[in-house]
Amino acid sequence: MYPVAFDYLEPRTLQEAVELLEKWGENASILAGGQSLIPLMKLRIARPRYLIDLNRIPGLSYIREQDGCVHIGALTRHVEIEESSVVREKIPIMQEAVRVLADGQVRNLGTIGGAIAQADPAGDWGPVILALNARIKCLGPKGGREMEAMDFFTFAYTTALQPDEVVTEIAIPAPSAPRLGTYVKLERVSGDFAIVSVAVQIDRDKDGICRDIGIGLGGADDRPIKAVPVEALLRGQKLSPKAIDIAARRIEEIASPISDLRGSQEYKKEVLKVIFRRALERVIERASPTTGGSR
Amino acid sequence: MLREINVKVNGKDYQVKVEPRTLLIHVLRDTLGLTGAHIGCVVGKCGACTVLWQGRQVKSCMVFAAQTAGTEIVTIEGLAEDGHLHPLQQAFWDTDAAECGYCTPGMIMAAYGFLLRNPHPSENEIKHAIAGNLCRCTGYRNIVEAIKKAAIELQGGKSHG
Repeated sequence: MYPVAFDYLEPRTLQEAVELLEKWGENASILAGGQSLIPLMKLRIARPRYLIDLNRIPGLSYIREQDGCVHIGALTRHVEIEESSVVREKIPIMQEAVRVLADGQVRNLGTIGGAIAQADPAGDWGPVILALNARIKCLGPKGGREMEAMDFFTFAYTTALQPDEVVTEIAIPAPSAPRLGTYVKLERVSGDFAIVSVAVQIDRDKDGICRDIGIGLGGADDRPIKAVPVEALLRGQKLSPKAIDIAARRIEEIASPISDLRGSQEYKKEVLKVIFRRALERVIERASPTTGGSR
Repeated sequence: MLREINVKVNGKDYQVKVEPRTLLIHVLRDTLGLTGAHIGCVVGKCGACTVLWQGRQVKSCMVFAAQTAGTEIVTIEGLAEDGHLHPLQQAFWDTDAAECGYCTPGMIMAAYGFLLRNPHPSENEIKHAIAGNLCRCTGYRNIVEAIKKAAIELQGGKSHG
């Protein structure tokens, strides 16, 4: 199976990559892990004239903690996140998510920067970084800039990146209660994109009042979305069964899923409510003193 | 435009000319004659083309050959030594883990890469590790048994460890 012929370009620095992007712009694609792009090229849905391979550029793959954030280089493979002790300790929700992301072979090559730039509405990283209020760093000919995850996803498979910009890093504020996060995904078969998925990260005080909450939704719209109205609804509240009921109804209201092979809009709205409830209940269970720590 | 690349496959150095759009699986099968890695779906769903690249299991239909310039690949042909089956191959044989056999090379290479990093897996971890490989005969039970058996064998320090 052969894609349309292309020129294969191997920049050795980010600067060089950006220059190539500036020159070829929309006729070029960036090759990171290739686990979405290469199949799309083979099916001739993607037909870049120029393929800019970032894999020969040193220093784009790292996970480090600094200033209360975990910084993940764009070319960091999913498997490296899966195996990282920093992620395990600081942001365990990411490890929960990565374990249901595609399969072992794909995780060995696929990168977080690539997955985010691909912006699949049912991808796994979108909801997680939205719940965690991550920032996306990118580089273009005019220099670097940073975007909130919320401003990054603009439409299905579409981001706020300019054609001459490349993602360089994802910076994730380490949650104050690392354990109180979860990612729940409903899928047709193991490793598929989500039918719907929910990422939740909370912080609460000793009386059970929700100090802060982040909620990201996958498969709920034409892009991964942050459930801002529901976050506002639950902030400062006790997460009682009644509060969860109201929040779940609100989730259904704000969702506008695409009908596709994974389900109709009506079905996805319905199961989104169920998965959201399941995610919140799991987090609350982890927070309770009697069962705390167990999973 | 053809480009010349050097790759090491199963310990042997090769120099091959490839088009940028040529997939690794096609170079392995058509240029080098290593037909052990199979072509199933060619869109990354079935895992029949799994090989080890730079020490990790990958689907060779999701890698361009040009990307592998200067690196090392191991295919199913590289596992047996001196005419002796690798413990994974032997375990697949002993537990009847191949029915039609089409998925077998990919299953074994996925398990091989997995066991390199996780030599003491639980049954659930084994199942998770082959989630990217389809067996349309649905012979999964024996495949999982075979991988379990091979893991124990490999821990026992018998040859090929």
